[in-house]
Amino acid sequence: MIEFRFEGRAIAAEEGQSIGAALHAAGIRSWRTTRFGGRPRGLFCAIGACFDCLLTVNGAPDQRACQTVARAGDEVGP
Amino acid sequence: MSYDLAVVGAGPAGLTAARVAAKRGLRVALIDAYARTGGQFLRGAAQPRLTGVDVKLGQRVWAVERSSGGFEIHASTTTTAAILLVATGAHDKVIPFPGWDLPGVLTAGGAQALVKGERIRPGAEMVVAGTGPFLLPVAVTLLEAGVRVKEVLEANRPAPRMAAALARIPSKAAEALGYARRLAEARVPYRTGHAVVAAHGEDSVEGVTVARLTPGWRPYAWRTVDCDTVAVGYGFTPQVDLPLQLGCALTGDHVVTDDRQRTSVEGVLAAGEVTGVAGAPSAVVEGALAVHSLVGEPPPRLLAEKARLRRFARALDLSYPVRDGWRDWLTPDTVVCRCEEVTLRAIDEARDLGAHDPRTLKLLARPGMGWCQGRMCGHAVARLTGHEPAPQKRPFAQPITLADLTLHDREDNA
Ligand SMILES: Cc1cc2nc3c(=O)[nH]c(=O)nc-3n(C[C@H](O)[C@H](O)[C@H](O)COP(=O)(O)OP(=O)(O)OC[C@H]3O[C@@H](n4cnc5c(N)ncnc54)[C@H](O)[C@@H]3O)c2cc1C
Ligand code: FES
Repeated sequence: MIEFRFEGRAIAAEEGQSIGAALHAAGIRSWRTTRFGGRPRGLFCAIGACFDCLLTVNGAPDQRACQTVARAGDEVGP
Repeated sequence: MSYDLAVVGAGPAGLTAARVAAKRGLRVALIDAYARTGGQFLRGAAQPRLTGVDVKLGQRVWAVERSSGGFEIHASTTTTAAILLVATGAHDKVIPFPGWDLPGVLTAGGAQALVKGERIRPGAEMVVAGTGPFLLPVAVTLLEAGVRVKEVLEANRPAPRMAAALARIPSKAAEALGYARRLAEARVPYRTGHAVVAAHGEDSVEGVTVARLTPGWRPYAWRTVDCDTVAVGYGFTPQVDLPLQLGCALTGDHVVTDDRQRTSVEGVLAAGEVTGVAGAPSAVVEGALAVHSLVGEPPPRLLAEKARLRRFARALDLSYPVRDGWRDWLTPDTVVCRCEEVTLRAIDEARDLGAHDPRTLKLLARPGMGWCQGRMCGHAVARLTGHEPAPQKRPFAQPITLADLTLHDREDNA
C-alpha cells in the first residue's frame, strides 16, 4: 500500500491503483464541482473518456483521476 | 527508428497483433494511453509475453499524420512506422436521465473496470441497468466483489433472434447460462423491459426510480429502489478518432475494413471494437488477421472464425438497440451534456431557434463542446434532433497540453 493526500487527508492506495479509484474506494465520490451549476463530479466512465473526474495532481490541473496512477506522497485536490 | 508496424491500443486486438507481428520478424511498436497493457477486457490479468515488441505505455495518441515513409503517430513522443494498425477499442454508450450526473452513477464498463482493473468495490448496494448481454458479466463481477446487486434491468425484451444466435454458438450460450445461474443463486432479479429512469440524492446517489418500459421504451409503472451506486450501459461506441483523422471510410459508428482488416486508406489497418463492437474474442481474431494481411495469406480457419463472430455480433446489435422512448425519461432540467451542463430545455430552445441538426445545435447551445468532445452526449444529442448518431471529427483525438504542442513543433523543426 502507498499513501497520498487529498485536500490534506491521507488516502491509501494499492500499488498501481488510480487516484480516482482510491478516492472512490475511500468513500470520496466527488472532488470537484461544475463551472455553472456547482454540481458535484467524480468517477463516471473510469476509462478516460468522460473527463468528469478531473483534479489537480502535484500542482498540475485537469488530470483525469481515473487515468492517473497514485504515487506515494502525491498532493491531490480539486 | 522507424517501425514496420505501429499498433495503437494494447487491448486484445492490439496485443495479439503486436505479438504475432513480432514473431514474424516485424519491427513493432505497441502504443497505449494507459499505464498497463490489456485494454478494457484483460486489464490486470495475465497477458501474453511481448518479446521483440517496443511497448510504449502512458502515451496518449492525439494525432496521426501521413509522412513520406508511412505514418507519424503523435503522443508525448512521436513514433514513425510504415504501417499503422488502429486498435483503440470502444467506450460505453450512455443515454441521459434525470440525476445521471450524480456521483455514484457509473457506466457499466466503468464499474467492471473498477473491479477488474482497480480491485475496488464500486458500491455497497447497486442496480445494474441498460441494454445488452454485457450487463450480465458486469452484475456477476460486482457480486463477486461483494456488492449487493439489487436488480439487473434490461430495457429491451431480447427476442427469439437472440436465442437463435446463441444456439449457433454453444460457448456463448454456456457463458450466458453461467451468468444467469450465478444471478439466480444470489437471488438477483433480471428484469427485461425495465430501466433506471432517474437517480436521486444530494451529493451522491441514494436511490433510483425504476420504470417498466413499453417496447419503444416509454416509461410507465414507476417505483423507487434504494442503492448507493448505479451502473448503466447501453452498448459501446467505437473510438474512431484516429481513422477519421486519416480519412478512413466509416459505416454507422465504425471503421470499414475488408476481411483482412484493411481500411479504405492504404497502409492503415484496424482491428477490434473500432471496426464494430463484437467483443474480445473477435478482437483477438482480428488482431491476428491484420498481421496475416501483411505477411501472407490468412488461414481460412481465422477468416471463418471472424465471420462467425461477426454474425453473432450483428444478431446482438439487432436484439439490443437503443430505442427513442428514453426521451420521455427526461425533464426540462435534465442535463444532457455533462461537460457544458446543457439541459434538455436549452436544447429545445435552440431547436425552436432553428437548430435542426447536431452541428447547428452545437453552435447554439454548446452540447458536445466540452472536455469529452461529445463522447458521452453525442448519441443523445443526435437523436434529440432526429439524426442518426455519427462519429464527430476531432482535430485532436485527445486534449493535449500546450507543452506537448510546442514540444512537437520543436521536433518538427529539428
Ligand atoms: C470500460 C469497459 C470495460 C469493459 N469490460 C469488459 C469485460 O470485462 N469483458 C468483456 O468481454 N468486454 C468488456 N468490454 C468490451 C470491450 O470493448 C471488448 O471486449 C474488448 O476489450 C475489445 O478489445 P479491443 O482490443 O478492441 O479494445 P480495448 O480493449 O478497448 O483496447 C483499446 C486500447 O486502446 C487504448 N487507446 C484508445 N485510444 C487511444 C489513444 N488515442 N492513444 C493511445 N491509446 C489509446 C486504450 O487505452 C485501450 O487500452 C469493456 C469495454 C469498456 C469500454
Ligand atoms: S471517470 Fe471518465 S475520464 Fe475519468
